[in-house]
Order: sequence, then structure tokens, then C-alpha cells
Amino acid sequence: MATNPSNKTKWNKKDLLGLEELTKEEIELVLDTADSFKEVLTREVKKVPTLRGKTVVLLFLEPSTRTRTSFELAAKRLSADTISIAGNSSSIVKGESLTDTAKNIEAMNVDVIVLRHMAEGSAYMLSKQVDAAVINAGDGCHEHPTQALLDIMTIRERKQNIQDLKIAIVGDIAHSRVARSNIWGLKKLGAHVIVCGPATLMPKDVEELGVEVSYDINDAIKDADVINVLRLQMERQKEHLFPSIREYIRLFGIDKERLTHAKKDVLILHPGPVNRGIELSADVADSPYALILNQVTNGIAVRMAVLYLLGVQKGEKQK
Amino acid sequence: MARKRSKVILREKEKILDKAGIEKIIKRLAHEIIEKNKGTEQLAIIGIMTRGAHLAKRLANAIMEIDGKQPPLGTLDITFYRDDLSVIAEQPVVKKTDLMFDITDKKVILVDDVLYTGRTIRAALTQLLDFGRPQFIQLAVLIDRGFRELPIRADFVGKNIPTSQKEIVEVRLEETDGTDEVVIMEKENNQ
Repeated sequence: MATNPSNKTKWNKKDLLGLEELTKEEIELVLDTADSFKEVLTREVKKVPTLRGKTVVLLFLEPSTRTRTSFELAAKRLSADTISIAGNSSSIVKGESLTDTAKNIEAMNVDVIVLRHMAEGSAYMLSKQVDAAVINAGDGCHEHPTQALLDIMTIRERKQNIQDLKIAIVGDIAHSRVARSNIWGLKKLGAHVIVCGPATLMPKDVEELGVEVSYDINDAIKDADVINVLRLQMERQKEHLFPSIREYIRLFGIDKERLTHAKKDVLILHPGPVNRGIELSADVADSPYALILNQVTNGIAVRMAVLYLLGVQKGEKQK
Repeated sequence: MARKRSKVILREKEKILDKAGIEKIIKRLAHEIIEKNKGTEQLAIIGIMTRGAHLAKRLANAIMEIDGKQPPLGTLDITFYRDDLSVIAEQPVVKKTDLMFDITDKKVILVDDVLYTGRTIRAALTQLLDFGRPQFIQLAVLIDRGFRELPIRADFVGKNIPTSQKEIVEVRLEETDGTDEVVIMEKENNQ
């Protein structure tokens, strides 16, 4: 694999808020570290004592199953203690502000706070107010760094190198933090990124991120090495951002026939959960092209790497 | 947060071993290991990253030359098991553990370059036991410099070197440093 043991980059960030703020070398450090943790996950005892005595709080104020489970499992594999707080069962419903909630959590002496929140910039705000390391697990339509890191790790495992790959991101780009984090990360690693979706779901001035924009799916996936298919959020139809599901399938759905336009060894990624028969046809979702379950496995390794890089630093800082 | 460390200047004090010296020791250790274990049956060599792993490979080759059979070879990265992760200034770069065989019922020879406090060995033992239940684990080191902080001793020692705690023993190997030698470096606190 592309592991580079001579990577001498040192991690010196308190938080992981997004890929926009990371350098190429820092992204590669996370990925190399994740490769090592992936080996741990193949052992008979899938647990190491690295973060013993550390506490990780999972503050998820927006629904999430897979990201929260993945973070929780990653923390447990590192022997950290975890506490899970969900929006509807916490004092947030009594009107407590995010800052107050966080301050209270921090007073319990936790080391890492993993935050999922509906507001863009919430992780940034939180990171300025607490000494604990903050990991952004998705803030509104802004960033979802660990998802992009696991996507890139999955691509790197198959293609060895990200440089010069043609990567198409298809779907609701405007509302997708996954797309945004992927664009930042992939561009830094030298990929050619092309985004494709309905014009109403395309953010304004997206070209400024250094990506190519296309409204024709066959054109976008032509000769693509990787297609990252985003989940179509059904509630967007109620906002009249696209006319009908059927039209979306016809114009942007990825099926076997459409895949013939891409490279023969194209990889299909999807952040899950998949709307089968909508953005991805069932036969594509179950085909060897699709790496959806590899992404889930790599997600744990990536989150272990991030927790390790941020969680270990915390003890040193308190000294 | 600024990380401040007093500037430490290292001065080479004494060369303990050269290429030929290291070669001889590896051969001797290989003979000792075969003798003590009455052959190479069930033997497995596991080196601790980074220099212990290179020494383990050389040891395995030396055993092969004597006995005709190459024992399985593995490497351990003990980073995840260190007890000082929260005290050292920067977290160490994680390297790969590579154990492609089942260690259960094996006679494991654990290899490292320098035996000092014993904490690395403690971490390696904890990790090894997470992988399985070997028949036993024996420890082979190139240099034993004393100052143990844990009740750990080596079964095979290349060379005992009396040192002071102000000194650092540097093992340099072709594979990582381009040369084969062991030198004692002395710290000069220069502030």
C-alpha cells in the first residue's frame, strides 16, 4: 500500500475541523497512521491500550448511526472511555446552548469531543471555547473531514496514489459536507475533481474550489477513475430543488449501462445510507466496483488515527 | 502552545562496536539461540521496530546459515502500547506491526537493539500476548546498558556496556543509518 514510513510530518493541531485547514502532508500522516490501525483491526484482539484513561464524548445533535457507531468503536478499540450524548435526550431540548453544554462536559475532564451539529462552523466555535480536542463529525453543509479521509483512504488502497486521478462527485453538491471535504482533500493530493448534479443543487461559485462543473452525467463520468455518489436527500424535493425522483434517476442515477462511460476499473464510493434504485442502481451497489463496505471498515481505522493523533496530544498539553 | 526543550548537544564519546564486531555478535547470538533451544523447531524471531526488526532479520539469516531452516520473522511496532504517550513531547510516528503467522505455541525470540529501562520490552510483551499464547518468549538484545526500571532481563546479550544515564547508546545499522556501528554519545547541557 502507499504507506510511507518515512513520513516525518508532526501533528500539532489541537482539533480536526475540516480538510480545508490541513496540509497535504498532514492528510498523508492521518492516512499512514490509519493504515497501521487497519492492521490492528485484523488481529484476534482488536484492541490496543493507546488511549487508556482518556475520555471521548460523542456529542451528536443531529441524527447519525454510522458515524457515531464508527467513532464509538474506534475510541473503544483504543481503550478510551466513551460517552454518547444525543440531541433529543440531552438538556439541549431544555434550551441549553451548545457552549454551555460543552463547558459542562469539559468540566467533567474529557479529552476529546466529537461534535455533529446542524450549524456550519459549530465545531470551530466549540474548539475556541474548550481545551479538549474537538473533532468535527459534520457541521451543517460545511465539512465532514473523517468521511472524506476514509473515502481518500479507500481510493488510495486501490489506486496507490491520488495524484492525477479523475474523480467525479455526483449528486447534491450544495448541501453536502461530504462533497466539500472531499474536494478540499482530493485537490490537495493532486486529483482532478469534477462535480455533477442538478443546477439547483450546485453551490454558487463552486469552481473557486478548483473543480470542474458538469451538468451532464455521461460527460462527468467519462474516463473517471472514481465516482463518489452522494445520497439524495428526499426532503430536498419538497423544497422544489428538483422536479421528481424519476427525473433525477434518469438524469443522474448511476446504473450498469451508464458505467460503461467510465474507466473499466472505476471505483464507486457512497457515504451511505444508499437509496437503492435512486442515486445507485441495486446491481451497481452490489457490484465489485462498489467499495461501500470497505469505506465502513476504513472509517474505523481513520477515526482511530484521528483520535490517536488528537487524543495523545491532550495529555501532553495539560502538563 | 509552544513546545520548549532545552537544547541538548550530543558528543560522540566512544565507539563500542564496528561492522565486524556486530557481525560476530549476531553469529554468536544465533549459535546461542540454537543451542539453548536445541534446534530451531517452533522457533520464531520477532524484532521491535525499527532497529530491532533489522537485527531480527540478520539473526534469522544467521540461524538459517547454521541450521538450514529460516524461522518465521515478524516485526512489532509498540507505539500503541507505550506507557509514556502522554508524557513525551510529540506522539511518535506509528509504524507497522507485521506478524503474518500465529505465535501460539511458538518459541518466540524477541529482538531489540538496546535494553535500557525495560519499558519497551514490557510494551512488546503485552502486545505479543494480545496476539496469542506462545510457548515462551526469550529476549535477545545487541546491547544491555543497565538502568532497568522493571524486572526484565535478556536471555541473550550481545554486549554489556556500563553507561551513565547522561549517555546515550546509539546503534547505527546499514538499513537505517548507512553504517554498522555502536557508539556512546554524551549529553552536554548547553543553556
